[in-house]
Amino acid sequence: MSDDLLDRLSAEAAPVPPSRLAMLLAGILVIGAVIAAIVMIPWLGLRPDLMAATGTMIFWWKFAYTALFTAAAFIGVERMSRPGGSIRLPITLVFALVAFAGVLGIIQLLMMPPEMARPLVMGSTALLCPFYIAALSIPVYAVTILLMRRLAPTNLALAGFAAGLLAGAAASWVYAFHCDESGMPFLAIWYTTGILISAVGGAIVGRWALRW
Amino acid sequence: MTPTDNEARLKPLMLATLAGDQRAYRALLGELRAHLNRYYARRLNNPAAADDLVQETLMAIHTRRLTYDPTQPFTAWFHAIARYKLIDHFRRSKLRATLPLEDDAAIFAGDDAGDATARMDIDTVLSTLPDRPAALIREVKIEGASIAEAASRVGMSETAAKVAIHRGLKALAARFTGGAK
Repeated sequence: MSDDLLDRLSAEAAPVPPSRLAMLLAGILVIGAVIAAIVMIPWLGLRPDLMAATGTMIFWWKFAYTALFTAAAFIGVERMSRPGGSIRLPITLVFALVAFAGVLGIIQLLMMPPEMARPLVMGSTALLCPFYIAALSIPVYAVTILLMRRLAPTNLALAGFAAGLLAGAAASWVYAFHCDESGMPFLAIWYTTGILISAVGGAIVGRWALRW
Repeated sequence: MTPTDNEARLKPLMLATLAGDQRAYRALLGELRAHLNRYYARRLNNPAAADDLVQETLMAIHTRRLTYDPTQPFTAWFHAIARYKLIDHFRRSKLRATLPLEDDAAIFAGDDAGDATARMDIDTVLSTLPDRPAALIREVKIEGASIAEAASRVGMSETAAKVAIHRGLKALAARFTGGAK
């Protein structure tokens, strides 16, 4: 390694603000969510009663759950994109969030008459919902991976898991504008399943797609 | 130099680098190069590969310096990158090392269709010779019997068998090289 090369590299030293990585990732997340919306609107469409739905509690629970999931996963990607990064904090946040949604779901089941249990848990799209979320997560995952390959993840499987978690969470936030299910248990089970499918897929793909 | 000394000396250089200080960056790169030279030389017994890794790692540090979190120790960040590049090197060279073995496997893998065709070709060629020389050549040259064994089986002396094999091969050679030699 010649002094020449070191001279040339050092001549390129431009200021790097500490927030640069988070800003890049936020930009990528917006791009990914927009692509997911562009895919979803002609494919699945927005729910026809969207305006009326914004007046219901469950709409905002879905909005908040998926947004908070996205925030936790964002921290995960930001950390796993750095050498030696730890995923412990974002995973703890995700567990807390899922547990919270699970408790709300159980409370709703207990408060409603027993014959409501099945519609609250299964709705009418229980098996489609995780599939749609996983499908919509693919473009978000792709743009996230493109950025992360230029960063420095050192645990590629966990970094891929974090990227899949972020992609699934952002996709589920977009999907909530289509989904007209109104059960809290439905949200806790099927949205979470869709996000976890994306995360596991992301870990598998990330093992080789993230090499740098 | 203890690790703490390294941290105390290198981290301010890195912070200055991220603020855009080119002289601090040049000093940092020089120090990191020395560390990397030792790090890879100690772990690889291939000086050329170690050199390549030093260069690759310094380039990675340059293009990925935005992944350094100033609230964390610099030496940990630097070491994690050096280690990743070392593991990546092992992964890639392991793939290369298995290639010759795969080539061997292809050579030894039996191609049954090819064998059958070759056997039929030999049968056709030998059928152009008289019976006894053809049988001798098959036993000795293809099946690997000794000349004495083959000779006794067709009822000839060893010397006569040798001559018959020699003449038979010569006749085949003449026929299948178009009589040029």
